[in-house]
Amino acid sequence: MAAVSQCFGAAAALSVSSVNSRKLHLPSRRSLPGRKASFFVVRSDAGVSSGSNSKPRRADQLITNAVATKADGAAASTTSKPGHELLLFEALREGLEEEMARDPTVCVMGEDVGHYGGSYKVTKGLADKYGDLRVLDTPIAENSFTGMGIGAAMTGLRPIIEGMNMGFLLLAFNQISNNCGMLHYTSGGQFKIPVVIRGPGGVGRQLGAEHSQRLESYFQSIPGIQMVACSTPYNAKGLMKAAIRSDNPVILFEHVLLYNLKERIPDEEYVCNLEEAEMVRPGEHVTILTYSRMRYHVMQAAKTLVNKGYDPEVIDIRSLKPFDLHTIGNSVKKTHRVLIVEECMRTGGIGASLTAAITENFHDYLDAPIMCLSSQDVPTPYAATLEEVTVVQPAQIVTAVEKLCQ
Amino acid sequence: MALSRLASSSSGSNLLRPFASALSLTPSLRRPISSAADDSTTLTIETSLPFTSHNCEPPSRTLETTPKELMTFFRDMALMRRMEIAADSLYKAKLIRGFCHLYDGQEAVAIGMEAAITKKDCIITAYRDHCTFLGRGGTLLQVFAELMGRQAGSSKGKGGSMHFYKKDAGFYGGHGIVGAQIPLGCGLAFGQKYSKDETVTFALYGDGAANQGQLFEALNISALWDLPAILVCENNHYGMGTAEWRAAKSPAYYKRGDYVPGLKVDGMDVFAVKQACKFAKEHALKNGPIILEMDTYRYHGHSMSDPGSTYRTRDEISGVRQERDPIDRIRKLIFAHDLANEKDLKDIEKEVRKEVDEAIAQAKESPMPEPSELFTNIYVKGYGTESFGPDRKEIRTVLP
Repeated sequence: MAAVSQCFGAAAALSVSSVNSRKLHLPSRRSLPGRKASFFVVRSDAGVSSGSNSKPRRADQLITNAVATKADGAAASTTSKPGHELLLFEALREGLEEEMARDPTVCVMGEDVGHYGGSYKVTKGLADKYGDLRVLDTPIAENSFTGMGIGAAMTGLRPIIEGMNMGFLLLAFNQISNNCGMLHYTSGGQFKIPVVIRGPGGVGRQLGAEHSQRLESYFQSIPGIQMVACSTPYNAKGLMKAAIRSDNPVILFEHVLLYNLKERIPDEEYVCNLEEAEMVRPGEHVTILTYSRMRYHVMQAAKTLVNKGYDPEVIDIRSLKPFDLHTIGNSVKKTHRVLIVEECMRTGGIGASLTAAITENFHDYLDAPIMCLSSQDVPTPYAATLEEVTVVQPAQIVTAVEKLCQ
Repeated sequence: MALSRLASSSSGSNLLRPFASALSLTPSLRRPISSAADDSTTLTIETSLPFTSHNCEPPSRTLETTPKELMTFFRDMALMRRMEIAADSLYKAKLIRGFCHLYDGQEAVAIGMEAAITKKDCIITAYRDHCTFLGRGGTLLQVFAELMGRQAGSSKGKGGSMHFYKKDAGFYGGHGIVGAQIPLGCGLAFGQKYSKDETVTFALYGDGAANQGQLFEALNISALWDLPAILVCENNHYGMGTAEWRAAKSPAYYKRGDYVPGLKVDGMDVFAVKQACKFAKEHALKNGPIILEMDTYRYHGHSMSDPGSTYRTRDEISGVRQERDPIDRIRKLIFAHDLANEKDLKDIEKEVRKEVDEAIAQAKESPMPEPSELFTNIYVKGYGTESFGPDRKEIRTVLP
């Protein structure tokens, strides 16, 4: 199973201590999702804010929804409930379980999801609880069972299709592109495809070239789908629930190395907004846009940067398609410098699209060209030293920010 | 539960089939090991089970071998077994990372196949490829160095466990995506037919991959064009955590080719494998594709991160190890023909162990790849940043 990544340093597998909650004085059109508890602690030594605040969030900053959720009134009482601690894969499972309990048309299909419990334990115990038909063990035939999931969705079910590794979904690309993405359009709106396609991807711990792929760049051009990438237990559960409730096909990108992250999440129900980015660390000097595992590399670099006197604003874009240009734009208007840190390949990656989108929309606000740090355009090598050089490391992020802020 | 279903059948395809002793027609004279390994005497042996066939005449279950071959089989299989166990320890010591799929229990398939073919015939397999690579002539150093990601590895440390290749010996990998190697294998056969090589390709896959659509697509095309492709299903009865009867409506993989003939073989009996592969090669060169189903078993879990005991009982594993272990079968044959005694075989095993340990030590000394290796071998010529003239001979410019 995926091992806990060692490179998170101090942040690895630590449960929550304090929170970072600086108010943003931005003309946002709606409130940003505050987080009750932060996984990563960033000391605000740069003196921007007034120290850590034990009151996590304003009531109206609470649950932003893809669809209406209940218990908005519970917002006021969240501060009193301590929540519970769990690992990211357990958070995914919790979200899955809650949705399966809530809606009987929700079902899961994938390889070894049932009796085996899932190769990363996301579906562990669900088959015992919900039976073989709702947690379906498929043969190794990605093209067919993805297609079957889409067909089932056309009749009204809400399947969650798991690719054991994102790279295997390449075998199902035709189904995802043509059927999943296009059927709502080509049928004139008659059919909706409320599937969730999820699975772990990304560069792991020496898994080899074929098992270290980042498919977000391949899928991003498909019209009709949405893509989100989770990075913390909190947003994993929230995005899972939102994706299941969404009537559009959603591809949920998980990362092999993030499954064992621990965090304290609220006891009460919450759903995250699919199209919204997450403000991880407000700042003034430079906007760093990132997602998935790179968020942790960025936060590690942020520690160093803060010590050097910089004040980076870190945004986890979460929504890879469409981009949350509101949050991003507001940030660009404030800082005027953008650094994108991603795990995708340089060529045709998410960063490339994001660079284009920002340049098109916020060109006037930029004081410097957008910098984009991506993985090298190489098949991921097996050897540990080479693999390390393939992805962006915190030291490179620090150097890039220094260069950008000159 | 698959186990109880199979155990209740009295004969036929049963995981715990008792070993059928081999017939021996040679006088049982005690010979010291050195002269036992000779080529001149022939021993007649019967395979453990008769072959079951689909759409073809099965080969005879009686075949001939020599003492030398028997001893070679023993040594080679012991080497493979030892190598896989050593890889297990290296993985637990975190010298091997990522995925590591071990082949112990299935050695007979690799060895038997090699004995029936030449290095001009091609073999392509999936990710459980360490032993197949060794059988094709790879060295232990190349295996361990690659597993540890060092320069001395077969892919210079860039491939890893699932990407072993040896072009000069006709070994085409080493593939991580389930089933993707089968169309590749049929393509190899096409190339062989095109060049009129009179050689064949063995495309190996597992029972999990047997449900991939691309298999049937490739099979159809191979049959249509009479390609010398032999599809070998290494049926170890579990596709990671899913038993074969839970993944396949018809687990009779040798019959799934429908119009393509098939043969079911006891994959734990190296002589059965050899006989079947010889038969298949002759068949494929004349009549086009054929499917071989090797009934085999893996002792380890699917990979090093799978304990292998959540979906099957430990009794089943130890039962198969006792009843059908390929190395034990050869051991019994050796004793039956008085080719060596217990101590001789133990000596061979010790020798093998030493060989493996030396290779590991040597591999540990091999350095990690240079950082510049990250960018080599992406394209054949240059990094794809050079623009050539139309004849691709001289460099016009370097692209930014």
